[in-house]
Amino acid sequence: MGINATLIGQMITFLVFILFTMKFVWPPIRQAMHDREKRIADGLASAERGQHELELAQKRAAEQIREAKQQASDIIEQANRRASEIVDESREEAREAARREHAAAEARIEQEVAQARSELRKQVSDLAIRGASRILEREVDAKAHNAMLEELADQL
Amino acid sequence: MAESATGYVQHHLQHLQIGDGFWTLNVDTLIFSWITGLIYLGLFYAVARRVTSGPPGKLQNAIEIVVEFVDKTVKESFHGPREFVTPLALTIFVWVLFWNLLDLIPVDLLPDLAAAMGVPYLRIVPSADMNATFGLSLTVFVLIIVYGMKGKGVGGFGKEMLTHPFGSFPLLVPANLILNIVEMVAKPVSLALRLFGNLYAAELIFILIALLPAWIQWIPGTAWAIFHILVIPLQAFIFMVLTIVYLSLAYEKH
Repeated sequence: MGINATLIGQMITFLVFILFTMKFVWPPIRQAMHDREKRIADGLASAERGQHELELAQKRAAEQIREAKQQASDIIEQANRRASEIVDESREEAREAARREHAAAEARIEQEVAQARSELRKQVSDLAIRGASRILEREVDAKAHNAMLEELADQL
Repeated sequence: MAESATGYVQHHLQHLQIGDGFWTLNVDTLIFSWITGLIYLGLFYAVARRVTSGPPGKLQNAIEIVVEFVDKTVKESFHGPREFVTPLALTIFVWVLFWNLLDLIPVDLLPDLAAAMGVPYLRIVPSADMNATFGLSLTVFVLIIVYGMKGKGVGGFGKEMLTHPFGSFPLLVPANLILNIVEMVAKPVSLALRLFGNLYAAELIFILIALLPAWIQWIPGTAWAIFHILVIPLQAFIFMVLTIVYLSLAYEKH
């Protein structure tokens, strides 16, 4: 026990050890730990950024799907409307055509009736003349009474 | 028996020395502190050379735990430039820890081996030698003065020595100076004696346990060794923290 020159040796050794640690041990280890901290922090940050971007993309995709659905339903609605329009139009056309046909047929019938009527009238007057001439036996001059007979036929 | 017991203890407390008077060297203290120091530097330097910022290996991980721990402790207490203080703290912590760990080697093992090789005396625990603990604490003392002058300037340091606790009234200057000198001197003395006292007492108790009959030794031996496992890192930690605190007190303006 007791203090002796060992003390000086220890102090020198101590200083040498501190300086060695300061020069060769501390800086590289500390640097590596700092670098790792930075890398981990960067990694976490980029992971967060990726997450954020993923969320954005998902939102965008949902938006697009919604839009597409909207468009599709618009198109279907339009098509339905168009179809019912076409059906209505053709129904209307058919009705119109039927009406036209009907009118034409009626006109034709009327014409034929009129024709038949005048024919009938003529025949009736002929028949009347013939009957009257037979009754009167020559007393009736066809020529002389023709005008009167015509008038009679017209009255029928 | 009593005579041989006294002789046994005295033999165990005798350093292996060369030279005489003040110029004596405790060769065992020097050699074992160098060995532990070189283990420390070798271990840390080996890791520092192959250090990677990628996933660390097991050894690098262990070293990084120590480095991180010391770095955090220094950061919390010392607010000046740390490029010297942190390596200082790391050196103190690991080196003293290794010194203290030598205390767990059975007290007779290395001395008996040495005796077999013709070396008469051997004390392997450097921290149970005041030369080693004062070697650390006096270096710290010099650094306290250096950091005091660096932080406050030479004038500021001197002014604080003369005026600090009681104020600058001329009659009080001597009282201030005496008090400051006592305070300054108390720091390295308490640092060194605390470590020395703990480890010297522990070594002595291991020596006394070794005097017991062989069949009973394991009971107090185990108990004391387990307790000592707490003391070993604690004393290393206390030495480191107090060093940082003293440097911080010296460096910062009040």
